[in-house]
This record gives sequence, C-alpha cells and structure tokens, in this order.
Amino acid sequence: MVLATTDSGDVVVGQPGLVELPHIDWVLLAPFLVMALGGILLITATSVVPILRSRGFPAAFTVLTAALSAAFLVPVWDRIDGGAQSVAGGALAIDGFSVFVWGVIATSVFLVAALLDAYLRREGFDGPEWYVLMLMSAAGGMLLAASQELILSFLGLEILSIAVYVLAALHLRRSDSQEAAFKYFILGALSSALFLYGIALVYGATGSTSLAGIAGARADNPAGLNPLENSSLVLVGLALIVIGFAFKVSAVPFHMWTPDVYEGSPTPVVAFMASGVKVAGFAGMARVLWQGFGFYWEDWRPIVIVLAGLSFVVGSFLALAQTNVKRMLAFSSINHAGFMLAALQAIPSDEFVSTALAGQALLFYLLAYTVMVVGTFGVMTLVGRRGDDAHSLDDYRGLAKRRPVLAGLMAVLLFGQAGIPFTSGFFAKFRVIAATVESGAYVLAGLAMLAAVVAAVLYLRIVVSMYLTGEPVVAHAATDEVAVDDDVTGHGESDAANLDDGDGPIVLPKAAMASIIIAAFVTVLLGLLPGLLGGVLTEAADALAALK
Amino acid sequence: MIDLAWLIPAFPLAGFALLVLFGRRLGEPGAGWVATVASAASFATTVAVFADLVGMEGEERFRVQTLFTWIAAGSFEVDAGLLIDPLSITMALFITGVGTLIHLYSIGYMHGDPKFSKFFIYLNLFVASMLLLILGDNLALTFLGWEGVGACSYFLISFWFSDEANASAGKKAFVTNRIGDFGFMVATFVLFTSLGSINYDDILTRADELSTQTATIVVVLFMLAAAGKSAQLPLYVWLPDAMAGPTPVSALIHAATMVTSGVFLLTRLNPVLAEAELWSRGLIAWIGALTALFAATIAVAQTDIKKVLAYSTVSQLGYLFLAVGVGGFVPAIFHMVTHAFFKALLFLGSGSVIHGLHDEQDMRRMGGLRSLMPVTAFTFIIGWLAIAGVPPFSGFWSKDEILLFAWNADGIGGKGLWAVGLVTAMLTAFYMTRQVILTFFGRTRFFDPTAAEIDAAASGRVGEVEAEMLAVTEARMAAVAALEKAATDVVKRSDAVSKAKTVLVEATAAVGASTDGAEGHDKLVKAFDRAVKAVNKSEAAVVKAENAAAAAEVEVDQLTAQVTATEARLSDVTDEVGRAPRPAAHVTAVTEATDAGPLVEYLPESYHRRQDQHPHESPATMTLPLVVLAVLAAVAGGLNLPFTKDLHFLEHWLEPSLFGNEAKVAATAGTKWILGVVAVAVGAVAIVAAFGVYLRGRADPAQIERRVLADGWYVDESYAGFMGGPGRRLFEGLSWFDRTIVDGIVGGVARSVTVAGQSLRVLQPGFVRSYALGIGLGSVLVMAWFVGRLFQ
Repeated sequence: MVLATTDSGDVVVGQPGLVELPHIDWVLLAPFLVMALGGILLITATSVVPILRSRGFPAAFTVLTAALSAAFLVPVWDRIDGGAQSVAGGALAIDGFSVFVWGVIATSVFLVAALLDAYLRREGFDGPEWYVLMLMSAAGGMLLAASQELILSFLGLEILSIAVYVLAALHLRRSDSQEAAFKYFILGALSSALFLYGIALVYGATGSTSLAGIAGARADNPAGLNPLENSSLVLVGLALIVIGFAFKVSAVPFHMWTPDVYEGSPTPVVAFMASGVKVAGFAGMARVLWQGFGFYWEDWRPIVIVLAGLSFVVGSFLALAQTNVKRMLAFSSINHAGFMLAALQAIPSDEFVSTALAGQALLFYLLAYTVMVVGTFGVMTLVGRRGDDAHSLDDYRGLAKRRPVLAGLMAVLLFGQAGIPFTSGFFAKFRVIAATVESGAYVLAGLAMLAAVVAAVLYLRIVVSMYLTGEPVVAHAATDEVAVDDDVTGHGESDAANLDDGDGPIVLPKAAMASIIIAAFVTVLLGLLPGLLGGVLTEAADALAALK
Repeated sequence: MIDLAWLIPAFPLAGFALLVLFGRRLGEPGAGWVATVASAASFATTVAVFADLVGMEGEERFRVQTLFTWIAAGSFEVDAGLLIDPLSITMALFITGVGTLIHLYSIGYMHGDPKFSKFFIYLNLFVASMLLLILGDNLALTFLGWEGVGACSYFLISFWFSDEANASAGKKAFVTNRIGDFGFMVATFVLFTSLGSINYDDILTRADELSTQTATIVVVLFMLAAAGKSAQLPLYVWLPDAMAGPTPVSALIHAATMVTSGVFLLTRLNPVLAEAELWSRGLIAWIGALTALFAATIAVAQTDIKKVLAYSTVSQLGYLFLAVGVGGFVPAIFHMVTHAFFKALLFLGSGSVIHGLHDEQDMRRMGGLRSLMPVTAFTFIIGWLAIAGVPPFSGFWSKDEILLFAWNADGIGGKGLWAVGLVTAMLTAFYMTRQVILTFFGRTRFFDPTAAEIDAAASGRVGEVEAEMLAVTEARMAAVAALEKAATDVVKRSDAVSKAKTVLVEATAAVGASTDGAEGHDKLVKAFDRAVKAVNKSEAAVVKAENAAAAAEVEVDQLTAQVTATEARLSDVTDEVGRAPRPAAHVTAVTEATDAGPLVEYLPESYHRRQDQHPHESPATMTLPLVVLAVLAAVAGGLNLPFTKDLHFLEHWLEPSLFGNEAKVAATAGTKWILGVVAVAVGAVAIVAAFGVYLRGRADPAQIERRVLADGWYVDESYAGFMGGPGRRLFEGLSWFDRTIVDGIVGGVARSVTVAGQSLRVLQPGFVRSYALGIGLGSVLVMAWFVGRLFQ
C-alpha cells in the first residue's frame, strides 16, 4: 500500500489504493510528544544502561521532560495566536484551552516528580517505572484535553487511567496499596466500558465520532429526520459519556472509590491523581460537553448541576466525620470537584452574557487547585514517614513545634484550599460562584457557598491540630500488618532493618521541599495578583467559547 | 494629595512585607518601630487626604479612584479601586490614628516576648486589611479586607497557639465569622444579579432600581454578616473570648477597629437600607438594643478587668446597631469614633494596670491603685466619665444622639428602643463605676492573701492541731491496752489464789485426818505450811496486780481527758479557721482588709513573695498613648454638638456619603432637652448607687452580681452543649447514614468506614461490588433523566 500525504492537509479522495495521511504540524504537537517520548526514552534508556536506574536520574529526567514540555508551549502559543489550529486531520485541536491545560498537567508532573523522588528514597524503592508511568499517564491526559474525536478521547482516557491503576499498586509492601489499585481498576474498567458504549451509541445516532460531526449533525438537522430515534440514541449515549467522566473526576454519586483509593495509594501518586488526572478529566469533559454536545446543553446541564450539588454536600459534610487526613482530603477533592462542575454547567447557554466568565473560572480553578493539592499531598508525603502510614489527625499534632516550616507551608496550602483571601483558592471559588450566579443556578451557588463554609472547618481542624502542642492522645491504631506504633517524639532512629517502621523523624528532602514551597508560593502569588494570568486565561477561555 | 490615597493601605502593606522578609533580623524593638512608622505614615497620608476633602464641596467629596483592573471575566469586571468619601476617610482616620497608638503602645507591652516581630507582622497586616475593607470601591475588595481582618484576628487571638484555650477561642471566632461571611457572599451575589455590578458607585446611586423585596433580602443578609463581625446577638460569643485572649493589645484592635466593620458596611449601604422594608431596619435596631442590654447585664458581674470591657464593647456595638437601624447614621459614626477613643483608652489603661500588677487581672485583687499609678488612674477616670455618659465628655453627646434618634423612630417601637437604650445607659454607668472603684479606689487589696492562700494557711494551722490530736489519741490507746493487760493479770492472779486455797483446804483436811506422829504426818504438815505460804503469796500478787490496774485506769482517765481537750481545741481551731475572712467570690469587703489574723504565719510562699512586689506605673511608651487618648475622649464630643446647626460638623461632613437617608428628627428642642436631662439623671443615679454599694458598703454586692450574670446567661454553655450534643449527633448521624443506609442500600452490607484498611475484609468481592452497584444505580438515574427528556 502506498501512503501519500499532501501539504495542504486535505485528504485527497477518489484515488483508490491511496490512503492519505493527514498533514501533521509537529511543532504544535511538541509538548505532547515530549511527554510521551520522554516516557518511552526513559524506560528504554534505563533498561539498556542499568546505571541510569539509580534514583536521582529518572527523577531529574522527568522534571526536565515536564519543563521541556512546558517550554514548548511558548512557541505553540505564538503559533496559534488566539485562533485554534487543528492537527492530525482535525482529531486534535491545539488552541488556547489545550495549551493552558497542557501547562497545568506539565506543572503537575513537574511538582509530583520531585515528591516521588523523596518518597522512593525513603521507602527504599528504585526503578524508573514510577516516573515512566506518570509521564505516560500525563501524555494520555494531554491527548484527552485536546481531543476533537471521541475515539481519541477514549484512547487518551485509557492511557491516562491504566498507568494510574498501576501506579496505585506500586507500593509493594502495603496491601492497602494493592487493594486500592484493585478497586480503582475494577471500577475504572466499568466506567470505561460505559463510556465506550456511549461513544458507540452516539456514533450510531449521528454517524460521527468527531465533536464537530456530532454538533454538525444537530445543527444541520435541528428537528431531525427521525427525531425520536436519533435523539434517544444520542441522549443515552451522552448519558453514558457523562457517567464515564463523572467517575474520572469523582463526582457524587460516582465518587465511592475516592476515599478508599486515596487512602490506600502511595501519597505522591495520590497527588498526581488529584491533580493531573482530575485536570485532564475536567478538560476532556469540557471539550466533549461544550463543543460536541453544546446543542444539547438543556439536556445535560441539570445533571451536571445535580452532580455538582451532591458533590458539595457529600464532599464537605462527610469530610467532617473523618479522622484520617488522607480520607479528609479525598472528600475535600470531591468538594473541589463540585466547584469545577459548577463552572462546567455554566457554559453553553445562548442566553448567558458571557461564556468567558465560566471558562475562565474553570481554568483558573484547575490551575489553582492543581498547585494547592500537589503541595498539600506533598506535605502529607513527608509527614506520612516511612511506611506511608502516619496520616491520622493525631500525627499532625504539634507539627508546628517539630517542623515549623513544613507546618507553615501546610497552613498556607490548607487556607488556600479553604478559599481564604490572599490565596489563589479565594479567587478560584469567587470566580466559580460568580459564574454560577450569572448562569442563573442560584441554588447551586448557595450550596457552593455553604460548602465553602463547611469545608473551611475541615481544613481548620488540620491547622489547629498542627499548632497545638502536646503528644498525640491516642497512639496510631495498629490495624494492619504494617502496623506502626505512632509515638511521634519517641525513638527517633528508625530501625533500618524494619523497612515498614513509620517511626522515624520527619525528614525534609530538598527536592520535595522545593516542590512544596513552589506550590505555596504560587498559591499566595495568585491570591495577591489574580490578574497575573490575565491575557492567557482570557484567550484560553475564549478558545472554548469560539468553538461552541 | 488626594491622588495619593492609594498610599493609605500601601504603607501598612509595605510594612507587612518588610517584616515578613526581615522581621526576625530587625528583632526587638526594630520590628516594632518599622510597623509603627508604616502605620504612622498611613495616618499622615490620611490626614492629608482629609485636608484635601475638607476643602471640597459636597458632591466632589465622593470620588472613586480606579487603580487597575483586578478581576476581568467577560461582563464581570471588578476593578481594584478606592472609594474616597467622608465616610471612608473618617473611618481611615481613626483606624490609622488609633492603630498607630496601638503600635506604639505594643512596643512597650510586648517587650521581651519571643514572638515580638511576628506580632507586628499581624498588626500591620490587620491595619492593611482593615483599610482595604473601608476604602475598597466595591464589595469584592471589602470582602477581601473583611476576610483579611478575620484571618488576622484569628492569628492574634491564637497568638500563643500552644494554649488550648486560645486555640479554641480562635476557632470559635473563625467559625462564627464564617456564618456571617456566608450572608455577605450571598448578599453580594444577589446585588450582582440585580444590578449587574458590585461597585459601590453603582449600588449606591442605583439602589432605587432594586425591588423592595430584593433590598430587604440584601439587608437581612448583610445584617447577618455584620452581626457576625460586629458581635451581635446571637453571634457575639466569640468576642468576649477573643478579648480575654493573650494581650490587651489584640483585645483593643478588635474593640476599636475590626468590630466596627459590620456597622460600617451597613452605613455604607444606606441607600439599600432605605429601599428595604421597614421591618428589616427595625430588626437591626432591636437586635442592637437587645444586644446592648444583654451584654451590659453580663458586664455587671464580671470580675476580670478585661472581661468587663469586652462585654462593654459588645454592649456599645449594640448601640451602633440600634443607631443604624433607626436611620441615625451620623450618630452611629459619631459614637463609633468616640467609642474608639474611650474604649481604646480603657483597654490600654487596663493593660497598664495588668502590666503594673504583674499580670493580675482580677479586680478583686486591685483597689487603691490611684496613688500607685497616677497617670493610668487619671486617664482611666476620663475614659470612665466618657463611657458613663457624663457631660461634657464625648460619650454623653454621641450616646444622647442615638437615644434621641431611637425616641424619634416610628413604626418599629421607637419608644421601646429608647427605653432599652436608657436602661443600658444606666447599667453602663453602674458597671463602669464599679470597675473604677474596684480598681483605683478603696483599699489596696493586691497584698492581701488570696482565698487559695488562706485555704493553704488554714489547712496548715488545722493540720498542726490534728497532728497533736493524733499523738494524744495514740497515747490513750496505748494506756487502754495497758489497763486491759493489768485487768487480765488481776483475773489470772485471783485464779491462782483460789487454786492455792483449794490446795490449802485439802492440806488442812489431810492434816486433820492424820494423827501426830503417824507416818507421813510431818510431810502433811509441811504440805500444809507450803499451802498457807502459797495462798499468802498469791494473795499478795493479786493486791499488786490490782494496784497496777488502778494505776493504769488513772492514766487512761487522764489521757481521755486530754483527748477530749484536744478534740475541743481542734474544733475550736477549725471554727476559727473557718471564720477567717476570705475574699468573697463577688466583691464584698472593699473597705475592710481581708486579714489573715492568727493564720499569718501559716501563709504560703507566694503571699510573702508578693509583699516584696511593687505595683508601678507603666513606661512612657504606654502612658503617652493613654494621655493622647484621654484628651480625645474628653473633647471628641465637639465633633457634633447638638446646640445649633453650625455645630453639626460631622453631619455636614458625612452628607455626601449618606444620600439624604439620614432620618429626620422631628422632636422639638424642649423634648431634646428633657431626653438629655433624663439620660444624665439616670446615669447620675447609677453612679451614686455604685459608689454606695462598692465604696460605702451600703448593700451586699452579692445581691447584684448574680451567678447567672457572671456566667453570661449560660449562652456559651448552651452553644457548647448543642454542638457537643445534638449538633455533634447530627454529624455523627450523617456519617452513620452514609455508612449504614447508603452503603447498606448499595451493597446490602453494613460496614464501617474505619476498618477499610483491613485487607482481609477489603478483598471480599462484595466490597468492590457494592461500589460498582452504586455506580450502576447512579448510572440508571442519570440515564432515566436523559430518557425522560425525550418525552418532554
């Protein structure tokens, strides 16, 4: 078979035997390619040259890859210049939105890699596979965020997810870790299946899997030749797609896996799950719902409102009943998902004065949230200590006395998550609520404010706990085989022979601290100068509005 | 100069940044001076801007300065801008002015504190936030400042984090204010949807576009916010705790500045208030009046010098609410300013007293400090005259204005409001007089033994007699034992006598039966002689034993008498110790000394150590602000004298900010005079009564200082009871609902979230299946919705 390409990117038709490959603008894809090829290169290089397997190299390589990927965003941004460029025959859209989300994902990888390094050294693991999996997952997420084609969305979603299933299981000595991965995998597979089935139904109804095609099918034929049949297929398909995304972003009631998986998975992996994975999920959801199913907004918007409302209530109230900080943060991430869903529902109506408000709110929230959550889980990675098990509220008691800098950073990050002024979280929540109010979803806006108030108590609990002195009241309950008696100030020197002994002092490796400090700094910076992103944010959000 | 208004918040912000970076290096007192200079520079700028404004005509005095676009998102655009008008500049003047004095005073007060520089970081940030709150030209900026002061307050209250009580007081403040913030946010968004803008410029000039209903909702919501920040019923609980916090400085920063922000907000939004239904304004007025009365009753029974002032602050804030509710915005601001002066003065004065008395805060331990701390006493007395409403001190004029407006209010029970206000004024005069007498007049009770010390002495004294008693009792018991032994001996000896007698009888008979010279006769005679001897000997022993028993009995009798005597003495001593005067729980013996009497030598070390301490006047950095504030508290009434229209300086000055919404007072000059005289008379009666009770001892204070008042009507306990009881059960119930019902329905398996970590249970397939089923059920619901859409 002869393959031919044309420079114009048009697919030449009418020449049997020739399959036209679409023209690909490699520069536009560079950030994605760097991420994906970086992963492949890392696993290859470390397999061939064993010495590279030493711990420092894969981490440094990953950090550089993420930085390089982010650096390529600059020429891409110049190239698109406000307009959208479609790549690979229209399968991917490289526009402001893609660039912004890619930047956020790269940031997440950058920050998490530094945490991972500290974590692996402490837990006594080596091997580059952690980093490789994260890079691959990030590449999948980038694909999902830019995809204009449901098949490609699915591909991205799977690349993203499967790598994370494995990452969740990688702490080999903790059965919790395997249990988490197992649950995540089974449930993820279920939701993927639903998602894929939804794509099939939508294809059956509209004859297309591309977002433009789906939108076009409705636009060309508003009433539809056979409206009932077509619409029913589309709507059921759409329902399944929404469910698939709702699972990924852990929206209530598809959230049940979240607390268990967060609690069990290695903490830096949770940092990535809560940031990169969620960001990609929301970006993909925004693309598909706004661009592909914009015409059906009246159908899906109420569902998204309900998902958001439930996420607010469950995320904030149930978090109060937890005593494990990782579980608390799991519910808090559900609460945050509510905010992002609230922005998501505000987009497409023609009646709205401005879609830009909602788009900017979503993008700003994604960035602010990613940075804060990676920082928070970063602190938890360090506090968790060897064995990754010291996550009860008692383990944070008196942290300010023992590790004042760490506690201070944690306080900043938690205040950020609570949405206190002078942090990015304040503006993130403020923008979302403003967009929600403007979209006319008053009840949801009310719930959002209530959730913000209730959740603030949750973060405050942790902060107060850190700043109280005194010994933990109850020693950490020894519930499983990696049981650790958690006498914080007790015998500081951990027994090297017993690798699962979480008893040691809290060590503060430089790389991990750098990552946490950057996170806290960005949180405060965006809180003082939220206009810093001004133009970029506007253009990125406009990209979506234009594509509606 | 007016274009430089942005410098007003910029100076303290710069000071904050500087201290964050170099605070620790600057150390003490450098960090304090940097902060003070930043605050003073801000004050100087404010004065300059003020001078500019004074030179302008009415409308011109209301201007907006846009600095830069802050949030831009489509139609939702918020500028970072300043609203410079008489209202904001008035607030800025006293915030920066009083704030600078607080900074200066803190340099002295925080001397030697290891967190010296950190404290000034919070102070500067606090001032910056407060200025942002009042100068911001839109609700978003105000909210930023609103939250900022909340956060700083939280930090200042919890300044010594390690103290569990402070941490929980801070938590209380945080949570209570969050409830208020909720109102603020909702109200902001309601305004945004109604008017499409959250700039004050738009809101104030276009308030008439709001429907009455919307305006009412907005007012009620903002009232909730203001009640949280300005500590009104039922959200006041955090303030007294906050003020009992570590330093009088943090107490003061609350009293003089932060808590006024709620009243400021309502005043700022006066056109919206004017649009709202009458009942919503009546609600504000009544909440204020009742808070004022309620807090004043509690203040009467407090013994902690700062707690009195804390509840007094809540009470005075109630007056401000009352004023706003009846449309008296000028009196509200007037009283806010005078209150800032005299309450700052009183707080700093109490701080000086506490400082001078080596951290003693209990007024029962003060008294007679007039001669020991003359500057503090003199300035405090001026503050007292001002708050008690004695003319011509400032508090009289501003409080009188509020009462006049209340009297004048129609349709919301104005006369009732006036009566409540008047009773509160009486209580205020009473409890403040009480405070002044207990602190500065009467006898110096600082050196008196405390109740605990007397208790210690008493137990020492009683213990001595008890030891004696123990010794005597033991001796008596030994004697009794000896007596018993002697008695046994007598019995034993008597037995021996009767045995010997039996032998004698036998021997006598034997001798009688035998004949002389018969064989064995001699033997029998000898036996007889022996028997006689034995009888005699044993009889002698009996006598001896009987004597011994008698002697023992005498001894026992003696010791018994001794025991009885000691017992009597013990009960005497116990009585005597019981009668020893102790400082009462409420303040009684103001004139009589609490004399330890014979117990003196038993008093513990702490008492003797105290005799060597000397209550002293505070250093100049602390007394200088006192003097400045005393002058202001005395003369600030001149801002708005009621006699002629020309003397209404404040009213004219604030006019551009009030848009003609100030209530018109219809009362005649005669009525005004009568109301004024009544207020003065009521205050005078209260002062005289307080002197009678606390200085002359004409009545028992216990009759006045009821337990229920001292405990603040048990409100805190009730809240805590609710949160600990039903509230906690609610959350637990929710959690239980999730665990049991939700999970139960989903998986048919009730399971505990907390045991999730146990791998054995986790790997049971039912577990994951239950989640999957949850997803399945959720999916069915989502699909049902979409399918349902088809048939619409």
